[in-house]
Amino acid sequence: MLSNFGALRPRAAAMMLATVSLLLAAVPGHAQLRLDITQGVRDAVPIAVVPFGGQAEGGASDVAAVVANDLRMSGRFAPLERRDMVARPTSGAEIRYEDWRLLKSDFIVVGRVEPDAVSFELHNVRTGASLLTQRLPSSEKGRRAAAHRIADLVFERLTGIAGAFSTRIAYVAVDGKPPAQRYRLLVADADGFGPRTVLESREPIMSPAWSPDGASLAYVSFEGKVSAVYVQTLASGERRRVSARAGINGAPAWSPDGRRLAVTLSRDGNLDIYTLELATQTLTRVTSDDAIDTEAEWSKDGQSLYFTSDRAGNAQVYRVALDQARKAERVTFTNGYNARPRISPDGKELALVTLDRGGYRIAVMDIASRNLRVITNARQDESPSFAPNGALLIYATRDGGRGSLAIASADGAFQQRLSADQGDVRDPAWQPFGPRG
Amino acid sequence: MKLMHVLAAAVLSLGLAACQKPTQTKPDESGGAVESGAASSSGLGGEAGAGAGAATATLTPQQQALADLQQKSVVYFDYDSSEIAQQYVPVVAAHATYLVKYPTARVRLEGHTDERGSREYNIGLGERRAQTVRRALLVQGVAEAQITTVSYGEERPAVEGADEAAYGQNRRVEFVYAQ
Repeated sequence: MLSNFGALRPRAAAMMLATVSLLLAAVPGHAQLRLDITQGVRDAVPIAVVPFGGQAEGGASDVAAVVANDLRMSGRFAPLERRDMVARPTSGAEIRYEDWRLLKSDFIVVGRVEPDAVSFELHNVRTGASLLTQRLPSSEKGRRAAAHRIADLVFERLTGIAGAFSTRIAYVAVDGKPPAQRYRLLVADADGFGPRTVLESREPIMSPAWSPDGASLAYVSFEGKVSAVYVQTLASGERRRVSARAGINGAPAWSPDGRRLAVTLSRDGNLDIYTLELATQTLTRVTSDDAIDTEAEWSKDGQSLYFTSDRAGNAQVYRVALDQARKAERVTFTNGYNARPRISPDGKELALVTLDRGGYRIAVMDIASRNLRVITNARQDESPSFAPNGALLIYATRDGGRGSLAIASADGAFQQRLSADQGDVRDPAWQPFGPRG
Repeated sequence: MKLMHVLAAAVLSLGLAACQKPTQTKPDESGGAVESGAASSSGLGGEAGAGAGAATATLTPQQQALADLQQKSVVYFDYDSSEIAQQYVPVVAAHATYLVKYPTARVRLEGHTDERGSREYNIGLGERRAQTVRRALLVQGVAEAQITTVSYGEERPAVEGADEAAYGQNRRVEFVYAQ
């Protein structure tokens, strides 16, 4: 079914640009996110990340501190506190393994910062074996990036899972009291550092979604006093209004090949899901039910969509093939409310919001067995998004009455808050790996 | 680039000034008739035109009717419901009467939800509430062209708070009149 209502008018789109601030500037400190370690993690592997030689300890570009923080954030490692370190080796030859055995560290990372590179080594404390030695080109400004890369490599060497610490997160920050609020779309490092404003508006911004190559964001902005879907390339700041049809324009989700967006549109108030070919603006209707159909997510093969619908009376997750050979089939049966499906990187699981014992919580469902495991335990958790390695999820929660972000392991073993100093933060989306594979 | 930002900010603030919302009244407040003239004249926006700040006595009958209406310009909803509760039927009827009497008047119905549940799904619930009110206006003779709807879901709460009192204030449809 082809539909062609409300074609995009480029001139109107250009005018719209003037009503909001489009920036890619660093944000003053108050938008900074801080990782709060709220619980010790059982079975976390003890590791010593020794302060690197060649740079002063402390400060934002302290390489070892960034590496240790990343590893702690993963929930799988328990980095040794610096105050407990009895020595500061900066190369494998300088490590006295008996010292670190006494401190009960299983592994040790040492390294040095040079003007144009950062080098590091990973050793097994028990055996003394060298597990990894690498020198990463790095300018003075790129120390944190190098540190995240080191964390990725250490994590992968010790767990067999690619690290996702070099990726970024997009989220929405809201300041001010209702009804006079200020909305910002931000992008920060995965550890919350260095948020940069992508868009700022007096009207709501919601539902950021990363393109599969990790270079662009689709999002919903109400800057024109009605909702519209935009696609913005982060490097250039260039953006396009891709859907501004009468009624609702919401819930954008990228096809795996990055050529199409699934979007939610409404005609006479009935929300249905469509796909939108970005290059041609071709719109194809996917659902046509009287119920609320929204929050589409693509299957990994790009052949079907998962979505939320209340066609059976309350919100549940359904799947429909894009060729529409069959009716949409319901895929969630546990609990009376399941919404906002997000597919895992391997395509085998769905993260979703479920109403569990009176609280809205994040659950991960195995698609084949339909087995649903609840992985968070607050009362108002929403907007789950998988890290590109599938090991962690970022989601939104409430903390002391304020919106906060949080990170949970996909197995539910731990949760950690990523909270803002002030204001609400919400609607997080974790950047995919992109082409670097 | 810098100039663009300044320009954008200027346009943004202009837009804000032009789009001020009508004063809201809580469902259980009767609203003092005396001070209402001043409070709602700013909310009249384009309808009042150049007469902003003018004395109550200069209001046209339509402006007076609108000022009266805006004492009750919000319909509140029960949890997970888009039905208009009995107590708000007269509210909707009063707006219908006004819109029928003044066919050039335009109303924007803004649907909202409380913060519980998924954001985009709540956009759907807010839209459903706005559509319920729209249909109620239509059956009372209001022309389709007079009504637009928008759903903000949980994105624009009326009040802060995570208790039932706040939720009740946030599950609503607002009648917003503009030029």
